[in-house]
Amino acid sequence: MSCGKKAAAQIVLLITGITMLCFGVWRGEAATVLSKAIKLCLECVGIG
Amino acid sequence: MSRFRGWIQAGATLLTNLHLPNFLKGGLYQGTGKTVCVPGLNCYSCPAASGACPIGAFQAVVGSSKFSFSYYITGFLILLGVLLGRFICGFLCPFGWFQELLHKIPTKKLSTKRLKPLTYLKYAVLLVMVFLLPAFLVNDVGMGDPFFCKYLCPQGVLEGAIPLSLANSGIRAALGKLFTWKFSILLSVIALSVLFYRPFCKWLCPLGAFYALFNRVSLFQMKVDKNKCVSCGKCARACKMDVDVTKTPNHTECIRCGMCIRACPTKAVCFRYGFGDGKDKAKAAETLQTNNNNREE
Ligand code: SF4
Ligand code: SF4
Ligand code: SF4
Repeated sequence: MSCGKKAAAQIVLLITGITMLCFGVWRGEAATVLSKAIKLCLECVGIG
Repeated sequence: MSRFRGWIQAGATLLTNLHLPNFLKGGLYQGTGKTVCVPGLNCYSCPAASGACPIGAFQAVVGSSKFSFSYYITGFLILLGVLLGRFICGFLCPFGWFQELLHKIPTKKLSTKRLKPLTYLKYAVLLVMVFLLPAFLVNDVGMGDPFFCKYLCPQGVLEGAIPLSLANSGIRAALGKLFTWKFSILLSVIALSVLFYRPFCKWLCPLGAFYALFNRVSLFQMKVDKNKCVSCGKCARACKMDVDVTKTPNHTECIRCGMCIRACPTKAVCFRYGFGDGKDKAKAAETLQTNNNNREE
């Protein structure tokens, strides 16, 4: 990959990442993450 | 920087698990900090965990009845992948550090070079156990199990089940067959980590697999100065991830640990951070050097 192409790919990916993250927060995914993360995850610890 | 790697790993593990008094209380931290993911594999069921585990969080979102894909976590991981790549594995992940500490136990060590095909297994784990099964094998109300957390991840037992069951008799009483299965996985990973260098990272970790895909485009890169390299092969021999940095400096398995940098007798290998791959700068420096030499002659 040439230097210019690589820099372009990096910028495009950074913008894609930020956009996806914001879109996810906007549609309420962050709340789903929080509600799962604050409770004991039964599957993680091997209960259910 | 690689000289202080052990300290940085210890610091990162502490920052990832700031709420230490919870170990005694036998309960979890429940603040809003858990909306944000930590960069490494760290269970959100660890009493001290400061944030959410990205792999657990991804499965929680795709397995919920509302969503079948997580833009939030994928975007977050793409960002980290581009900004840091597998530097996270080498410096910031608690479970990577745990395996490294186990490997320091003085016993006979085995090479993983011949087991290279196993390194592809982690991509299958990422696709099947983290995405496809939780998103599409759903119950009547559209909810899927977090398959990786439930059946494979040893971190949930190490950081969650063990400390919680020690402090909380209710949890201790509830542990059953699934715990026995996951505890066996943890024991196997521990035994293998003593013999092999980072077996879970190399073969099974879906988070490492995701970051690995970004090593080639990450801003954090390895750089080899071909003019300084004397092809002695010391860097490749020092690499415990089976990478030859002179041939593939941004290999998917490179965790940016810097052991090759320290092994190089001519200081030809270094870390580089920035956009592009720095060829232009290197070329400019080379041209400048040639011009200077010509002028001196
Ligand atoms: S069980 Fe493993 S993957 Fe699941 S939340 Fe815990 S650490 Fe993350
Ligand atoms: S491969 Fe996974 S467990 Fe290993 S250091 Fe990277 S994120 Fe952590
Ligand atoms: S190539 Fe160098 S930095 Fe990468 S894993 Fe091997 S020794 Fe570590």
